[in-house]
Amino acid sequence: MESGPSIAAQMSGAVDVGAAVRQALIDETLRELDAELIGLQPVKLSIRQIAALLLVERLREQAGLSAEPPSLHMCFTGNPGTGKTTVALRMAKILHRLGYVRRGHLVVATRDDLVGQYVGHTAPKTKEVLQKAVGGVLFIDEAYYLYRAENERDYGQEAIEILLQFMENRRDDLVVILAGYRDKMDRFFHCNPGLHSRIAHHVDFPDYTLEELMDIAELMIRQQMYAFDDKSRQAFREYLALRVRQAHFANARSVRNAIDRMRLRQAVRIVQQGGSIPKEELARIDADDVRRSKVFQQGPESATPGNRAATLCGSEAKELV
Amino acid sequence: MRLTQGTFSFLPDLTDEQIEKQIQYCLNNGWSLGIENTDDPHPRNSLWEMWDLPMFDVIDPKAIMYEVSACRKAFPNRYIKIVANNSTRGRETVALSFIVHRPAQEPGFRLERQEAAGRTVRYTIHSYATDRPSGARYERG
Repeated sequence: MESGPSIAAQMSGAVDVGAAVRQALIDETLRELDAELIGLQPVKLSIRQIAALLLVERLREQAGLSAEPPSLHMCFTGNPGTGKTTVALRMAKILHRLGYVRRGHLVVATRDDLVGQYVGHTAPKTKEVLQKAVGGVLFIDEAYYLYRAENERDYGQEAIEILLQFMENRRDDLVVILAGYRDKMDRFFHCNPGLHSRIAHHVDFPDYTLEELMDIAELMIRQQMYAFDDKSRQAFREYLALRVRQAHFANARSVRNAIDRMRLRQAVRIVQQGGSIPKEELARIDADDVRRSKVFQQGPESATPGNRAATLCGSEAKELV
Repeated sequence: MRLTQGTFSFLPDLTDEQIEKQIQYCLNNGWSLGIENTDDPHPRNSLWEMWDLPMFDVIDPKAIMYEVSACRKAFPNRYIKIVANNSTRGRETVALSFIVHRPAQEPGFRLERQEAAGRTVRYTIHSYATDRPSGARYERG
């Protein structure tokens, strides 16, 4: 440890934090994040904290106070459709603006991109994905699928080992962000302590509240140049209240799918009505377009809480109409 | 005798920074990059040994440079070149190929004459390096 006087001697000279913050465009990036993502307050706070930590690390390094570069690998936990990939993209931009990654592009990979189907297949596959991600951020979605404990012939372990080597030896080439459900990620890290020790930042993505889902729906509707009327807005609110309790709810993604299906029903209604309609009718979503969803017809047996929990085939599950 | 095969071969050896800039140019054009090496310098030797598969869709030249360093470490006494492949329809050919590493001593070539029927003479060139077996060609260099 350094003694008092020598640290004081090193600390002569001022550090312009304000200029550094401006130069790194941190406020701007965080503002974009605020505008683009509805809700997610704990996430935005976490990102702000991580950005501040990395900025100070950068300043410390410039002032000669830093011992070794900070670990940047992260883990995002949360249900599907809560914005993990979007935030990972923003994170890549922040890291790039702070000078921690050279390019700032994002490569999204899942198990299928990393693990091979036969002996000798995994290493070149993983290596290829890692090469593409060098200089940027590698986002591994549903990372726990890499490790299949029950199958000893599974090649996921090899991919994990290559990843670990990369994360350790080529730290300034790549940042890895793992993502998935919280309980499964916990189990995954328990079985792979090597990976767990290399992850510096954990960010949890909470589910959206009903109000936030409504806001997301309004945003999407507006972006696609449609509009709710009062009745259909109310109907959609009831739809969401039912839908969140049913199986395979993927937050923002489910909202987007629901809107797509409402647009389909609106189109069918308009074509069946025929005749001559005012232009605004092409944008208006009628309450009927919402209420004809099967979600309203599902019985109480499917409205059980806890159906938001992950199932094995989460990403392949069919959405309810 | 310095080998003058490939692009830039009449210039002094490229620095790593310059090589990176060339790689960036190839990546900007969307060309896939491969690394090849050989210890047989004959100009008609067009098929060198591949150092792993060509790299597609890479964003950062440092990823390629890492492979070049690895190849240099594995084969310090061989010629190493970078080959950029243009896969657009109608071209489907090598777009750029330049040497990035050479053995320390390059012995050069001699002219060989072969007398054929009717007192015609056939000429070819022979590399002094290939007098020795592969693996022992540039060791003293």
